[in-house]
Amino acid sequence: MPADSLFRALGPADKSVLIEFEGAFLSVPAGISLAAALLLSGVTHTRESAVNGRPGAPYCMMGVCFECLVEVDGQANCQACLLPVRAGMRVRRQRGARDVRVGDHGEEGADE
Amino acid sequence: MNNQTVDLIVIGAGPAGMSAALEATRQGLSVVVLDEQPGPGGQIYRNVLQADPRSRSVLGEDYEAGAGLAAAFLQCGARYLANAAIWQVTPQRQVHYLIDGRAEVLQGRHVLIATGAFERPMPIPGWTLPGVMTAGAGQILLKSAALVPGGPVVLAGCGPLLYLLAVQYLRAGITLEALVDTSGRGDLARAWRKVPRALRGWRELLKGLGLLAELKRAGIRHFRDARNLLVEGQAQAHSLSFDSNGCRWNIPATRVLLHQGVVPNTQISWSLRAEHDWNEQQLCWITRRNRWGETSLPGIFIAGDSGAIGGAQVAQLEGRLAALAVVAKLGNIDAQQLQQLAKPYRKALRRQRAARPLIDALYRPQQQNRIPANEVIVCRCEEVSAGAIRHYVELGCLGPNQTKAFGRCGMGPCQGRLCGLSVTEIIAEHRQVPAAEVGYYRIRSPLKPITLGQLATEKPLTQEHL
Repeated sequence: MPADSLFRALGPADKSVLIEFEGAFLSVPAGISLAAALLLSGVTHTRESAVNGRPGAPYCMMGVCFECLVEVDGQANCQACLLPVRAGMRVRRQRGARDVRVGDHGEEGADE
Repeated sequence: MNNQTVDLIVIGAGPAGMSAALEATRQGLSVVVLDEQPGPGGQIYRNVLQADPRSRSVLGEDYEAGAGLAAAFLQCGARYLANAAIWQVTPQRQVHYLIDGRAEVLQGRHVLIATGAFERPMPIPGWTLPGVMTAGAGQILLKSAALVPGGPVVLAGCGPLLYLLAVQYLRAGITLEALVDTSGRGDLARAWRKVPRALRGWRELLKGLGLLAELKRAGIRHFRDARNLLVEGQAQAHSLSFDSNGCRWNIPATRVLLHQGVVPNTQISWSLRAEHDWNEQQLCWITRRNRWGETSLPGIFIAGDSGAIGGAQVAQLEGRLAALAVVAKLGNIDAQQLQQLAKPYRKALRRQRAARPLIDALYRPQQQNRIPANEVIVCRCEEVSAGAIRHYVELGCLGPNQTKAFGRCGMGPCQGRLCGLSVTEIIAEHRQVPAAEVGYYRIRSPLKPITLGQLATEKPLTQEHL
């Protein structure tokens, strides 16, 4: 955890899970939302605007603002504040608008 | 199909939704409660059944009081579906939702919308920088994940939640760099004169004064009547500057938490084309309802903060009353029994609502933080500035649906939740007409992102699930 972490935990976690963010592994407390886990891990921005690339970060934490959009296991436009962390989940920043290619890579199949 | 129709579908498991489910199941109704969060409680009692003792003591008694309600709700016999994102509700009372990545649909005889409130947008220069969040978001991180800011933090804006979070952080050992209050000492006297019955709300007022006293004892720097707020930073917020006491101040902080009250979440009722009115006291749209909470669409009710801001106690009572009205509509009780059962709730409701006009007058958000200067971004999804909206008005746009067509404002994924009120007020001010004349966005489903694959495989919630 960086020295000037954005958020820190009040106490130690009972149980941790490993998630992947932009190719790096993060150990985060089980049972919290993905957005909370990324803030705890010092991730400063979680998306890049579809309009002008402006970096965006979790803002409302309750599913309203859509600033925390990320790509999870190949599925675009997931609200990180509404998703509980899951061991092994692979997360990337949502960069721009979601891809509309159909049935391209295996994991895009969810959107076929 | 008929045997899969439930008497009452409740959307939202906060205080209003949980109370409605308790009352309806007690009267023998079949009830399904859908909620977007993993556990019951809504935002006010978020994670209340899982919170550890330390978090509970930090969050305080009012939070802990929700544990009993949530526990009773889980026992009441209503079918409760957590992590359900509602993407469409129809006037025929079909509720479409996503759960575990699957799309399902449920038919109700009646629907109660209990989707609560969200924080009023506070468009100030720099509010889109990473590092800026709402105070509510800070509190949710505390409730749901026991997280507190790791670096210097400033709270700015107005309203009871701002003071409450400051005290909760204090109890958690976090010292604020500053509390930057956009309300002032003069507001109390003004509000008092404006609200002759304010004395009836003394309990709420004392609670607020208690929080302020606790902050003062701790020596928190409390600036009042703050104006011209500006979050500074390049890729990340690094300070908040503002005017107060005749000086310009700059407070370094990596977290700036903003708040200026909460407003009803009206996405579903707008999407249903229900009747709405502009409320000048609360500066927001409220759905037109009768005294039982029924909207202009028969069989569709609203209770709690998604109807009008009243707080958790009002929400519980409104939830109970709406449920009783549904029970009467189904013929399980007659009109006389309905009045009898409703009587204690109505009495309590009058008491609980007494403080609201005072709170609304005391913490009325500043005009400059609702109707910002031209350079401020109001639509975060599509990056549209207040100046662009004014420009579209000059080109002849009369309302939000036209400015949307001109510049995509409100067309992004949040569907106007974070810009809608600002856009209505900016247009009204620039046209010099009342907000009611300007109107609001035409909200359409899907209210939440859904893939074509999910849509194509939608199934009814089956009987064995009920």
